[in-house]
Amino acid sequence: MSSKYKNVYLQETATVVGPYEKEGPLSKYFDKKYDDLYCGADSWEKAEVKLLQESLNMLLKKKGVKKEKIDLVISGDLLNQITASSYAGSPLSAPFLGVYSACATSMEAMILASTFIDSRRKKNVVIATSSHNMSSEKQFRNPTEYGAPKPMTATFTATGGAAALLSDEKSQIKVESGTIGRIIDYNQTDPFNMGAVMAGAAADTIYRHLTEMKRDASYYDLILTGDLGKYGKEILKDYMMEEYKIDLSKNYNDCGVMLYDTERQLQVQAGGSGPVCSALVNFTTVVDKLKKKELKRVLLVATGALFSPTFVYQKENILSIAHAISLEAVE
Amino acid sequence: MVINMVNKKYEKVVNRHKPKEERGMHAIVAFIVGGLVGVLGEVLIQVFCQKFHISRSEASVFMMITLIFIASLCTALGFFDNLVNFARCGLLIPITGFAHSMTSAAIDYRKEGPIFGLGSNIFKLAGSVILYGVVSAWFFGILRILIGGGL
Repeated sequence: MSSKYKNVYLQETATVVGPYEKEGPLSKYFDKKYDDLYCGADSWEKAEVKLLQESLNMLLKKKGVKKEKIDLVISGDLLNQITASSYAGSPLSAPFLGVYSACATSMEAMILASTFIDSRRKKNVVIATSSHNMSSEKQFRNPTEYGAPKPMTATFTATGGAAALLSDEKSQIKVESGTIGRIIDYNQTDPFNMGAVMAGAAADTIYRHLTEMKRDASYYDLILTGDLGKYGKEILKDYMMEEYKIDLSKNYNDCGVMLYDTERQLQVQAGGSGPVCSALVNFTTVVDKLKKKELKRVLLVATGALFSPTFVYQKENILSIAHAISLEAVE
Repeated sequence: MVINMVNKKYEKVVNRHKPKEERGMHAIVAFIVGGLVGVLGEVLIQVFCQKFHISRSEASVFMMITLIFIASLCTALGFFDNLVNFARCGLLIPITGFAHSMTSAAIDYRKEGPIFGLGSNIFKLAGSVILYGVVSAWFFGILRILIGGGL
């Protein structure tokens, strides 16, 4: 289901990252960078909370808004029961909604925020998300110091916190429309090939967005998926062409391969992943290019794999979802 | 019906973009590194035998303890996972892999305390090895009695 928004604008964004993102090609855009994965906290989980909390504080500081002015905070992450968001959101003492769409969380949050603002029920809405390479490894895979060999299709969970402020006040970037994704099951079972799991959801959402909005793919200067990685990206391009006859060869890229230098940072394998991966790209270089008018219209399609280790071990398929938001540079 | 057709089409695209793992190369590296661990074990046994004047079976126990210590120490120092990523089964199949799995779990879960963290999780990966190790030892023990009459 796609909706157009009339009066929703992106005001400001803030990002805090860990060492691998610092070494990556987008390093100069991040507001704060840590050299150590613990980020001064004493566990991986607390480090994630700290990253998210700092991105929230940084957001308010950058925009010069007092926390009393925030009408709603919408946040989600990967930790069980989205606890990083709860602990990081608590000091703001604002109305809070926790959301979960795995790595598509940031766009789910943005769609909800835009709906609240568009219907004039809320004015200033903060959206936020986080992930931490080590806390995710520990929860979804093996102990962090365990050197389990991974196939080449495996992706690397990004470490960071990202937050954005949306409101009805006119700014340089308009949140133009959004498409809520459907849960897709294309019989994928390999948790080490998330690109293949999520490309199907991305294809479905992009197709439905373009059809419902009556647009051609060339309408957008850039279409960005969240974290499909090197191989998932190619799957999406081929599948879009073969199934829907939509050509993504010119204006399409994936945040997972933009966040890291996959040639140099070999540990990331197929690319970045995690809820913060797409947010770290969208809230930095994309927002910057929209402000400078180097990009006019952008479709952000965050992709998430909806699964848990329990269901994978119980031999269930891995489901996926993708939510899309269209951003436009304001003339 | 339609869903299934879409799935087949999708599956085809996915398979087209499956990168080829260098299995042959991994196997050779694992073979060489695993062999080197074996050589190290044998050297340790010989040294222990001659230095402490003990039997070969006693020396092999000390050899295992030494390898476990080395693997655990390197895991705690934070670089054994990189070695395993390179050598794969060359380091995971010998006793070093067992030690590595326990130490890495212990390091991660000590934050949740000695009982609910470290104690309950230290065998997270090693548990399977112990259980099926004991079961197969029992099974082969029975076979030995049946076939060899307990010799």
